[in-house]
Amino acid sequence: MVTVVTSPPPGSPSTASRWLRAARALWRALTGWAAGVAAGMHGAWRRSLQLRVVTITLVASSLLVGGFAYVIADKITSILLENAQTDVRLRLRNGSEYAGKQFRTFSQPTEAQLQDTIDGTVNYLAGGDPAQSSGVVVAITADKHAGIIETRTSPVTDLGPLISPEMRASVAAGNVAHQIRTGALGGQRTKYLVYGSPVPTRFGQVELYYLVPLARQDATAADARATVVATGIALVLLLGLLAALVTRLVVTPVRVAARTAQRLSAGLLDQRMVVNGEDDLALLAASFNQMATNLQRQILRLEEMSRLQRRFTSDVSHELRTPLTTVRMAADLIFAERDGFDPAVARSAELLQAELDRFEELLTDLLEISRFDAGFAMLDAEPTDLVPVVHRVTERLAGLAERVGVTIELDVPDPPVIAEVDPRRVERVLRNLVGNAVEHGEGRPVRITLGMDQSAVAVTVRDHGVGLKPGEEKLVFNRFWRADPSRARQTGGTGLGLSISLEDARLHGGWLEAWGAPGQGAQFRLTLPARAGDRLATSPLRLVPADAMLPFGGPRQGGLLAIGPGSAGALAIGPAEGGERAEVTS
Amino acid sequence: MRARVLVVDDDPALAEMLGIVLRSEGFVPSFVADGERALAAFRESRPDIVLLDLMLPGMSGIDVARAIRGESGVPIVMLTAKSDTVDVVLGLESGADDYVVKPFKPKELVARMRARLRRGEDVAPELLTIGPPGNQISIDVPAHTVSRDGEEVKLTPLEFDLLVALARKPRQVFTREVLLEQVWGYRHAADTRLVNVHVQRLRAKIEPDPERPEIILTVRGVGYKAGTG
Repeated sequence: MVTVVTSPPPGSPSTASRWLRAARALWRALTGWAAGVAAGMHGAWRRSLQLRVVTITLVASSLLVGGFAYVIADKITSILLENAQTDVRLRLRNGSEYAGKQFRTFSQPTEAQLQDTIDGTVNYLAGGDPAQSSGVVVAITADKHAGIIETRTSPVTDLGPLISPEMRASVAAGNVAHQIRTGALGGQRTKYLVYGSPVPTRFGQVELYYLVPLARQDATAADARATVVATGIALVLLLGLLAALVTRLVVTPVRVAARTAQRLSAGLLDQRMVVNGEDDLALLAASFNQMATNLQRQILRLEEMSRLQRRFTSDVSHELRTPLTTVRMAADLIFAERDGFDPAVARSAELLQAELDRFEELLTDLLEISRFDAGFAMLDAEPTDLVPVVHRVTERLAGLAERVGVTIELDVPDPPVIAEVDPRRVERVLRNLVGNAVEHGEGRPVRITLGMDQSAVAVTVRDHGVGLKPGEEKLVFNRFWRADPSRARQTGGTGLGLSISLEDARLHGGWLEAWGAPGQGAQFRLTLPARAGDRLATSPLRLVPADAMLPFGGPRQGGLLAIGPGSAGALAIGPAEGGERAEVTS
Repeated sequence: MRARVLVVDDDPALAEMLGIVLRSEGFVPSFVADGERALAAFRESRPDIVLLDLMLPGMSGIDVARAIRGESGVPIVMLTAKSDTVDVVLGLESGADDYVVKPFKPKELVARMRARLRRGEDVAPELLTIGPPGNQISIDVPAHTVSRDGEEVKLTPLEFDLLVALARKPRQVFTREVLLEQVWGYRHAADTRLVNVHVQRLRAKIEPDPERPEIILTVRGVGYKAGTG
């Protein structure tokens, strides 16, 4: 796409807006990508049982192991700290006793020897520590004699940031106190356990502090934590792997069963699963195989039955038809000579002849139906022009139409209407539909319409007879169904005509449908795909005729239908008065 | 002259009844009930037309039709109990000219037999040529011979009639119904498969490549016409 910017000229506002646009595009791309990933993950989640089990196992075991690790690490830390505290308390007590002894001789803080004694004591207490290298700091302060006795530390360092004022005050008030504080003594920051204790002397109180670095304990605790975390992670991963393995053990046979079932349903009836061992999965496989065997047996039995029925149909066809031919010929011969008989015998010959016609028709229809039932009917499709077929059907039925006083109107396009159909079957269907329409037309015109579009051809046959009651448009296709059993039959159909027509339409992949309303006649529509084997989606002609009256009085001639508020607040449906309307076509 | 009819049928009642009807219509029938002996009976009685049941003991009607067609072009009308496409087409392809489905009306059968026997009425000298240049066949109508490159092609009378009907009006498209009426003589016989099968048989005899016909062309959705230069 080319965008031509004429105003404003290239400058900061347009640059900003370009950035904004780029950012928006990036955001859209990112959100789109994220949505895609999320959808993919959701799909995988729904599809894979293994993924679900592994994920749930991982989450649950992570929570559990995490909790345990936390508790264990906490316990280790507190034990280490307790040990250090006990140790320091002991030293503090000893140190404070020793210092008390050293300062016993002094009664005034200003005595000359005191300063040296304090130095000596601090150094002794610090030096007496066998683990001096571990960084223990010993300090003596005398808050009550500030200015006279200076704070001494060993090794020399600044205590300021390590002993909080609150602690100093507490120790100065005569309590033993402790705290944990992090500070930098000699360069790097370390955590210190600080213990302070008052040392009573004759000249007043001094305070003794021990500052023990917790670096060793911290390191030990960190080690322990790392070990616990590593163990925990390993445990979680192991559990996940275990879950994956176990589900795989279960899922694989299920997947095999699913695949086998698919093959079975695709018609490969001899597919079976491998049975290993005697566990639940083996039971599944064995049951599955048993089901498949039963299924196979049933299907083969049905196929055999169908084959036998087909065979039976064929046999009955031959066995019945040959004697019927002889009877037929004999009857014809007698019928031709009936003028020479006495009236009763002559009439009998006529009846014999007429009923033989009916018998033949019935036999033909029955065999045709049983051929459909046995799945033996075959479509013999070829490109056929339907216009002459319609004309032929009309000519053939002209005699009957004249007898009952029905005119047949044709609405057939001039150009050929060519479709890949079985001409014999289509002609049979049309003969049946038009014959029915003429018979039930009550002397009113019957209209045959032929239409086609890109993918289908359709023929409608409209009569204006008594019509069909609601629900009868399905029943008419039932075998031996009659609208009114007491009604006299004019042409003596077999009652199988529409059933056969419906099967013929189905064999083409087409539709045969009926519409009818009491007093308005009926319309039958045959729709066939223009190319054999295609699927039908729509019909070129409407099933409900344009001149049919709808229950609410419209639309006629394809006019608009309006839905809106009517009298007394009810919803009314009726012909539109014109003006702007949204049209809904069906 | 009364036409001789050979009836090949294993049902004695039907055969007897056919005999009564055929004699009353002026035919001279002879009978054989067994496919195996049908060919011998055919050679012996030298009929003008054969009525052949498709289902026979011994040798099937289709094999009998093939055997008769192997040595003669005499019209064969099949009697069949089945109207399934397979049976009908198989019968026609084996050489039968026409078929009637049981139970048939005697008048219909007789009409079809007469249609098959009504021949040799037009004796005006007529020589027709059809086909594209280089692939032409010539038809001598009174002599009932068809030849290509001076070599005679053997056709049954029905195939000959079909070819002549197409050749007399080249470029005109004949629908199957029109051909049924002109060649078979049926006004209302609806089975257009008769035409399809016979056109195929004719093509197999006169076309160099029956898969790509040049002499008898199919007009999709309508029918057939003769190919010309």
